Amino acid sequence: MKIRLTVNGEPREADVWAGESLLTALRDTLELPGSKNACEQGECGSCSVLLDGDLVCACLVLAAQADGHEVTTVEGLRSDDGLHRVQQAFVDAGAVQCGFCTPGLVVATAALLERVPSPSDDVIREELSGNLCRCTGYAKIFDAVRLAASRP
Amino acid sequence: MKAERPEARPIAGGTDLLVELNFDRARPETILNLAEVPELKGWARDNGSLRLAAGLTYTEAMQSELAELLPALAEASRSVGSPQIRNRGTIGGNLGTASPAGDAHPPLLVEDATVEIGSVRGARSLPLTEFFLGPKRNALADDELVLAVRIEPSGEPQTFMKVGPRNAMVIAVCSLAVGIDRERGELRAAYGSAGPVPALVIAPLDARAEFPELVAAACSPIDDVRGTAAYRRHALRVLTTRALERVFA
Repeated sequence: MKIRLTVNGEPREADVWAGESLLTALRDTLELPGSKNACEQGECGSCSVLLDGDLVCACLVLAAQADGHEVTTVEGLRSDDGLHRVQQAFVDAGAVQCGFCTPGLVVATAALLERVPSPSDDVIREELSGNLCRCTGYAKIFDAVRLAASRP
Repeated sequence: MKAERPEARPIAGGTDLLVELNFDRARPETILNLAEVPELKGWARDNGSLRLAAGLTYTEAMQSELAELLPALAEASRSVGSPQIRNRGTIGGNLGTASPAGDAHPPLLVEDATVEIGSVRGARSLPLTEFFLGPKRNALADDELVLAVRIEPSGEPQTFMKVGPRNAMVIAVCSLAVGIDRERGELRAAYGSAGPVPALVIAPLDARAEFPELVAAACSPIDDVRGTAAYRRHALRVLTTRALERVFA
């Protein structure tokens, strides 16, 4: 079946099978491999994207359900001026080790700072609880979130 | 549509169905997308009662206006998965899946909720206590869908607790909602993940001392990957004691 959706501000079309996830459509058809495929059950958050502005796991959204809706992936955060401030903060804080969880954490952090500009550590912990990192121990990720929040 | 294609799998937030699809546990010929149905969204006041439409998300159930009316449901919603899951997962989907561990079930049971069920044959209501038939089995006929949950909020203290290895992303080892209902003179508790179906335990208001033991005796847990039956029974006893301290505080 054919779906039409807006991805990172652009109208896109994709041919999907009825049971296909949005993640598969993004990665395999729409050539946006930034959202990572890992657990496929909403446990790890590495496929986090925004669906109509809400943070969701793309692996748990049926691609067909995104028809007519707006999706922002990690690729869409960058602007012509350069990296999104959250991306820059992850670079500057060294919050990346293997990098697999990074796109999901960047999208989740961007969504968090949109709603809560200066989150406490408890709020950061709660809001990023759906994103797993198996390398860093999260300390550098917290540094990056605080750094991003401190910048305009 | 559900009448014409009774085998169709309904999908709302997709947090259950997509796992089945991704792991090739299900290949439904027809998937019925409920996410675009405006009648299944949000919640409303209706003559002193509340109508939570089936598509109400956990994130919506945590917002302050509803959280003040149904605090235990808000606490339970906050314990579901992660922000990503709570933005998609719905109360109606929780009932449709009918897992013994569904987090929304205990608070709704404590509030004496009824389920509004619809089909082309019309609508019917069923007390939530009669809705759960077994693990992942509910009283929906093949052509029926959950439309809403109806509640008359007691407005009295209530709370929800859940045991798991961490605070997020946890399927309950066991869960418990406890509420006081002074009007009926009842202590009400409902447990999850400690029997084939989530179930309600009621005792007189003055039975506070015996209540933890009553709850522990009422459950019928099993040993599984998340915990043993003995641990679950013990945990429910402890949780009931703590929950009573909270609601009587």
